Amino acid sequence: MNEETKTALANKLLAWADDELILGHRDSEWTGHAPILEEDIAFANIAQDEIGHAILWYSMRQELTGETPDELVYFREARAYRNVQFVELPKGDWAVSMLRQYLFDTAEMILLTNLQGSAYTPIAEAAAKMRPEEIYHFRHTSAWMKRLGLGTAESNRRTQAALDYLWRYALQLFVPLPDEAVLVDAGIVPDTAVLLQEWRSKVIPFLQDAGLTIPDNDTPKLTDRSQHTEHLVDLLGEMQMVARLDPQAEW
Amino acid sequence: MVNQGDMNVLTEEAVWQALDDVKDPEIPVVSLVEMGIVRDVVVDGDTVTVTMTPTFSGCPALRVMEQDITAKMAELGFASVSVQTVLAPPWSSDWITDEAREKLQAFGLAPPMRHNGRIEITFYAPVVCPYCGSEDTAVKNQFGPTLCRAIYYCNHCQQPFEQFKAL
Repeated sequence: MNEETKTALANKLLAWADDELILGHRDSEWTGHAPILEEDIAFANIAQDEIGHAILWYSMRQELTGETPDELVYFREARAYRNVQFVELPKGDWAVSMLRQYLFDTAEMILLTNLQGSAYTPIAEAAAKMRPEEIYHFRHTSAWMKRLGLGTAESNRRTQAALDYLWRYALQLFVPLPDEAVLVDAGIVPDTAVLLQEWRSKVIPFLQDAGLTIPDNDTPKLTDRSQHTEHLVDLLGEMQMVARLDPQAEW
Repeated sequence: MVNQGDMNVLTEEAVWQALDDVKDPEIPVVSLVEMGIVRDVVVDGDTVTVTMTPTFSGCPALRVMEQDITAKMAELGFASVSVQTVLAPPWSSDWITDEAREKLQAFGLAPPMRHNGRIEITFYAPVVCPYCGSEDTAVKNQFGPTLCRAIYYCNHCQQPFEQFKAL
């Protein structure tokens, strides 16, 4: 692998890992706060899975760059994070968190399915490992979309509001990185345009069946993954606090 | 009884046997071998390499398993122990041995049905209550106290129970 491809791959792995980590952290914020105990347990499990996936991507990146997962997670400032804003937005109400998880799970399921054919063996193997776990997420969140969309007037109103709010943020998941073309050409990652098309063909009819209206603006909210909201700064402040109190500590 | 450091006992067969004593930290009735977590053992003199694979990728017991394997191998008399983790082929609950399935059931954990790579089919099959054997059970939560467990309820004996999830 030449230097250009290696750098592009490290950037792509960081983007995937950061998305999983930050969403996993947001999901974990429901621990102790979900509407019922079963959902508390479910979201804690989903959070743990996503953070597990983040570790796989960070570890794979470590093989290329030498940077450890702990260094990247605990000692980077917000501006060095490469997650989409979609995952850093506050957890909001139940509809916002559940819809975000559904939209993300669908995107992840499609991505992982495609990545099983990656020309870079470690990616293909990791994707085959993670994909079955996503089956459980997808089943859970899609059932919730139906329940919320078709439940009461209030649950429908809130879920529609969440969809109007999140739609354009979600589309940033499909914006390619500036140096990604080299990876697509090498068969290492699929073209994001293909992923987007597949995602739209899944989520649009499904959400419509759940009584929701798809927003008509298809422009991603933003395209640059180095731009973040103040919400990420707050999140990192909490997540990194203990590690930064004593960086030399052995765990 | 094995003599520590005796080169005659440092065989691959002895290692597999010893690893069958290392239990799953979250399910102490079954071993890492019975669960299909230990994938390979290579002995070279007084050096051993054990290859393992995680069940769920976010499983927090992974590091504990590594430590337990390392300790067991040192106990057996190996001077150098290496524990490697691989992701491929991805772990499947189909690999849990028949004997381990019986142990899981006796422990109160319903074993997952074999699915041959199609996890979805397990969602539509009856899950048998490990306490009374009834099929009149209902899933209460596909997520449980650990990543690998789901929560069920038996309508017949009116007991909640857990299932080891299909993966």
